[in-house]
Amino acid sequence: MTMDGTEVLTRTVTEDEATILDGWTGALRESASLQGGRIREAELQTQAKAVLGQFRDALVAGGLDADGESYAPLRETLADISRSRAIQGFTPTDTANFVFSLKEPVFEALRLKSGADASAQAAGMWAGGKVIDRLGLQTMEVFLASREEVIGRQGQEIAELSTPVVRLWDGILALPLIGTLDSARTGVVMENLLQAIVDEEAEIAIIDITGVPTVDTLVAQHLLKTVAAARLMGADCIVSGIRPQIAQTMVHLGVELNVVSKATLADAFAVALRRTGRKVVRQQVPTEGRG
Amino acid sequence: MDRIPILKLGGALIVTIQVDMHDRLALALEEDLTAMIARTGARGVLIEISALEIVDSFIGRMLVSIAAVSRVLDAETVVAGMRPAVAITLVELGLELTGIKTALNVERGMSLIQARLAEEEDGHGSDRDHHEG
Repeated sequence: MTMDGTEVLTRTVTEDEATILDGWTGALRESASLQGGRIREAELQTQAKAVLGQFRDALVAGGLDADGESYAPLRETLADISRSRAIQGFTPTDTANFVFSLKEPVFEALRLKSGADASAQAAGMWAGGKVIDRLGLQTMEVFLASREEVIGRQGQEIAELSTPVVRLWDGILALPLIGTLDSARTGVVMENLLQAIVDEEAEIAIIDITGVPTVDTLVAQHLLKTVAAARLMGADCIVSGIRPQIAQTMVHLGVELNVVSKATLADAFAVALRRTGRKVVRQQVPTEGRG
Repeated sequence: MDRIPILKLGGALIVTIQVDMHDRLALALEEDLTAMIARTGARGVLIEISALEIVDSFIGRMLVSIAAVSRVLDAETVVAGMRPAVAITLVELGLELTGIKTALNVERGMSLIQARLAEEEDGHGSDRDHHEG
């Protein structure tokens, strides 16, 4: 009796589905997925049952072609599972093991089924290994794509959070910069600032770089561009918050910032008030020896 | 060929650019403006570009050269109402329009020019005082 591997595998999975499911859930239970407490046993069992059912249907309908039409529902289910795991913070190993741990019970069932027919067993195992590996890889691809999506979204959120434009007074804006300035961020910063200048009809913008850890030639160039663009729109810029070490580094590097710069935001604000014709005065001279 | 109208208001000339600038229009504007400054003896030129959405290096250079020519004829150029996108483009092109005054809108631009006119009047006044004294 010679048997095709696909046939052996399909027959085994169809007839011994219950045994394989038991074996699989057992393996899943022992694996790390459950121990972190991120997923409940019942949920894991439901997922395993659904996946195995669809795996059987796909095998019957489409053989081993894991990229084919008949595997579409199974791929969809696996994609959903791996997406949710990526969001729940599972490790890649956990996620991959969910699919790969199906191998052991399937191979065991194949062994029992084939009995003495070693060639049928080998063919079945080869077929099973191939299709499960393919499914595992697809799962991992979705897992990684979801993780990257999460990282990308976080990056965007950080970029948005870290470039607020604050209105200090009528016509005076402040732009407190925090974190490293790269070209992408400078673009966002520049656009935000210029738009705010239009919206607020600002005369003076204070760029505060207290939170910028390093200023190299590139960052200085970005700053100068922003200042130049603001000037073109008719607003003056003051750079403030250059820390002593950074000032030293800048001078040693030969970076020249040909803009008005002040040591602190308060100094810059005072200059801005003076230029717009305002003055801060103490309302009352504090009297000595009170209280 | 259409030309961009130039309006005279007191000692200043006002140009508002409401159409997309193409190169010939820009050249014609420079010519007209120069002739107009010479004829009227204007001391300030206000170019309002809030409707200008597209600039290239040529238009940027035209603005610089209009300002330079005006300065030779003793008129100060103020560019008012530049859009953020235009400002970013010009900076990326390396055209920072040095020597041109800028203002956020026409109102502020006019007050810059008026301030200059007033200052010069004072200056002439004190000159005369000096001669008399």
